[in-house]
Amino acid sequence: MAQTAVPVIVDSGAPPPVAAEAPLVLEHPHTSTGLDNRKLLMWAFLASDCMFFGTLIATYMVYKNRSLDGPLPREVFDVPYTSVSAFVLLLSSLTMVLALSSIQRGEERKMRIWLSATALLGCVFLGGQFYEFTSFYREGLSLSRNLFGSTFFTLTGFHGTHVAIGVFWLASLVTHSFRGRLHQEHSLLVEIAGLYWHFVDIVWILIFTLVYLIPD
Amino acid sequence: MAVVSAPLSHAGGMVVAPPTLAEPAYRGLWSWFTTVDHKRIGILYGVSAGAFFVIGGLEALVIRLQLWTPDNTLVSAQMFNSLFTMHATTMIFLAIMPMGLLFFNYMLPLQIGARDVAFPRLNAFSYWTFISGGIMLNLSFLLGGAPDAGWFGYANLTTRTYSPGPGIDFWMLGLQVLGVASLAGALNFFVTLVNMRAPGLGFMRLPIFCWMSLITMILLLLAFPSITVGLILLMFDRFFDTNFYSVPHGGDPVLWQHLFWVFGHPEVYILILPAMGIVSEIIPVFSRKPLFGYAVMVYSGIAIGFLAFGVWAHHMFAVGLGAIADAVFASSTMLIAVPTGVKIFNWIGTMFKGSVSFKTPMLFAVGFISMFIIGGLSGIMHASPPADLIQHDTYFIVAHIHYVLIGGSIMALIAGVYYWFPKISGRMMDETLGKWNFWTFIIFFNITFMPMHWTGLLGMPRRVYTYGPDLGVTSLNQISTVGALGLGFSVLLFVVNIFMSLRYGEIASDDPWDGATLEWSIPSPPPVYNFARIPTVHSRDAWWAMKHPERMHLDPMEVTPLAGSPGHGTETAHESVAVATADAPPTVIHMPSPSYWPFLCALGLPIMATGLLLSDSFGPMTIPLFAIPGLLLLIGSIYGWSYEPA
Repeated sequence: MAQTAVPVIVDSGAPPPVAAEAPLVLEHPHTSTGLDNRKLLMWAFLASDCMFFGTLIATYMVYKNRSLDGPLPREVFDVPYTSVSAFVLLLSSLTMVLALSSIQRGEERKMRIWLSATALLGCVFLGGQFYEFTSFYREGLSLSRNLFGSTFFTLTGFHGTHVAIGVFWLASLVTHSFRGRLHQEHSLLVEIAGLYWHFVDIVWILIFTLVYLIPD
Repeated sequence: MAVVSAPLSHAGGMVVAPPTLAEPAYRGLWSWFTTVDHKRIGILYGVSAGAFFVIGGLEALVIRLQLWTPDNTLVSAQMFNSLFTMHATTMIFLAIMPMGLLFFNYMLPLQIGARDVAFPRLNAFSYWTFISGGIMLNLSFLLGGAPDAGWFGYANLTTRTYSPGPGIDFWMLGLQVLGVASLAGALNFFVTLVNMRAPGLGFMRLPIFCWMSLITMILLLLAFPSITVGLILLMFDRFFDTNFYSVPHGGDPVLWQHLFWVFGHPEVYILILPAMGIVSEIIPVFSRKPLFGYAVMVYSGIAIGFLAFGVWAHHMFAVGLGAIADAVFASSTMLIAVPTGVKIFNWIGTMFKGSVSFKTPMLFAVGFISMFIIGGLSGIMHASPPADLIQHDTYFIVAHIHYVLIGGSIMALIAGVYYWFPKISGRMMDETLGKWNFWTFIIFFNITFMPMHWTGLLGMPRRVYTYGPDLGVTSLNQISTVGALGLGFSVLLFVVNIFMSLRYGEIASDDPWDGATLEWSIPSPPPVYNFARIPTVHSRDAWWAMKHPERMHLDPMEVTPLAGSPGHGTETAHESVAVATADAPPTVIHMPSPSYWPFLCALGLPIMATGLLLSDSFGPMTIPLFAIPGLLLLIGSIYGWSYEPA
């Protein structure tokens, strides 16, 4: 990996002595609202993404119980199994918060650990989804089998894609940090990735509740 | 960062020295591919939209020629279907929307006193994505047949069973690519308007065009996901054998109608709100009065944006959604006429007792109001389900949409071109040719579309390639065709006027109309950095206030003068402030560097789409063959873009 080639950032893990008193250095230029442009962009994007998932969830709900053919949700769902992977994804929100808190205090090594943990938990969730998809497929549920298959795989597939993009993003941030380009004054980059990550988590809470927990 | 060093000497508040670029920029044609300057991107949008407008107009002329006589055989029924589909898709997505983007790009940063948009490279990405989507759509004519299911693409006509050819694939993927462009643009302008306003430019001081644009951006952000999902489901149906819209498998084609119109109705406000904003800028300037009821104008714009999401099913009265749903959507549709009516009264109120001068921009703006009233009134007619059931799918609806989209949007956009052309090009457009342009436009427009109200009520269905001689609509159709040819001639006058004025037009001053907003405070055409010094805003109509503080009841001492036309900086108080602030002129202005990453990034999407398009003829293996390189190009460009110093 490239990180060995560049100077290693020496980080004792303790915050620099002045950082506690000095206000955070704002990297961005003055804006009318005081909110960084990139952060505002992310909020606006998430509003749009809300409508995206809202539409996908609405499609699932509209077609619920309208499959002409099996397998049906109650025949394939393994709620305890999915609960565990949902818990894993929720846990990743905690590690994301810890990563942000670390970089805001200037602890870069800790941030890398928490970011990697977040990405790893995301991968565990994706692995779980992959296993779930393949086992459903073995039980006869494919994308084109019935309306349940079509709506279920489309909805959860797009959510999984969002998680995968998030994992890439987190991995990029970790690489960025190893190259020594992600310091306390860049904490906003982690914060924005966090906004996205938490959003993807919240969407999963909705999907898990509406798709898995509420019986048909 | 490209550093523009502008050795500014402030003589009476006027910038005289031209800026010099510290590092060589890309030159010639390549500079247009790498530009991130909002003004140049605006021009790219304008030129592309103009080209697509001509293509869409020619399609319309062929449609009208086909309908010249009963049982005509100029084009086949199949070709006719493609023509009306591509005419509507082109005009809506490739002409009117990007023509709005010309003004968003060029004028929004100038009106809010900013040096560029919030994300200049994202802006370039939007443009290149838009143009690749537009080219993809139109390539379908050459590559196996254009889409033929209408711009609304109703399921299940669009499923593989009923549309086996590649036309729908081009349409569906082209719209997806255009959706990405719109989303990126909307995010960018939303952030720009919220975050990049000059000091003192509070929301209730924003020029009204900025306000209407802001509402448009919110509509784009919230409405586009719906059609995106609808198109994804259609793509899965067509390529991956799902059954979202297939009745034999339990699917429901009405789902598509909901998804489409939840987007489609806000979309018509996406087309009309910027037009309303442009007209609201022009009318005060040519009436020599501030906009009547500014706050109410803003609130009614917000009300329109809000209600826009609650009226979509009025496109679906014929589906049979039930009495309650029909009643609710009929009421909300009639309700949306209230804020629209408020706006019309405010425009009239602005002109009332003003010193109105009917220059070409004003003529088109007043033409907009009168034609939009006609279109609005027929709109209220078919807000009522019983009336709509009779008018549905007849030429009456065709008349209505053209009154609101040509008489509304396009007339306002042409007004905007006449109004802002001096700022963009540094030359005035020809008034005589402009007046000819206006009168031929409005006369032939009415000759074309007014008869369609009768054609429709007499029972001629729309989207049918011909009609029988005994239907009694032959002469009405011939009047429409004559009008359409005249309208084409009027557009030709407009194009000629643009090219002639670019070359021979009278040199424009910085502020030829004595404008109210900040774009008139800087040179024509504006320098790369727009504002030598970022202005401070003290009231609405900021530039009027700076020129005539006493009339706006402002203390002249408070109003900082700007770089601008020297004729206005006459008050001594002005000059002393100018001297005081000129002590520390900004000498180095940081502007974003040109970049080729947005262009490369935008290429990724059409490459990915190519795989799907070819899979019909060459089997499913082409999907990964193109999708993987396209995706890699997209991801690689995003990384290149992120790590490039801005």
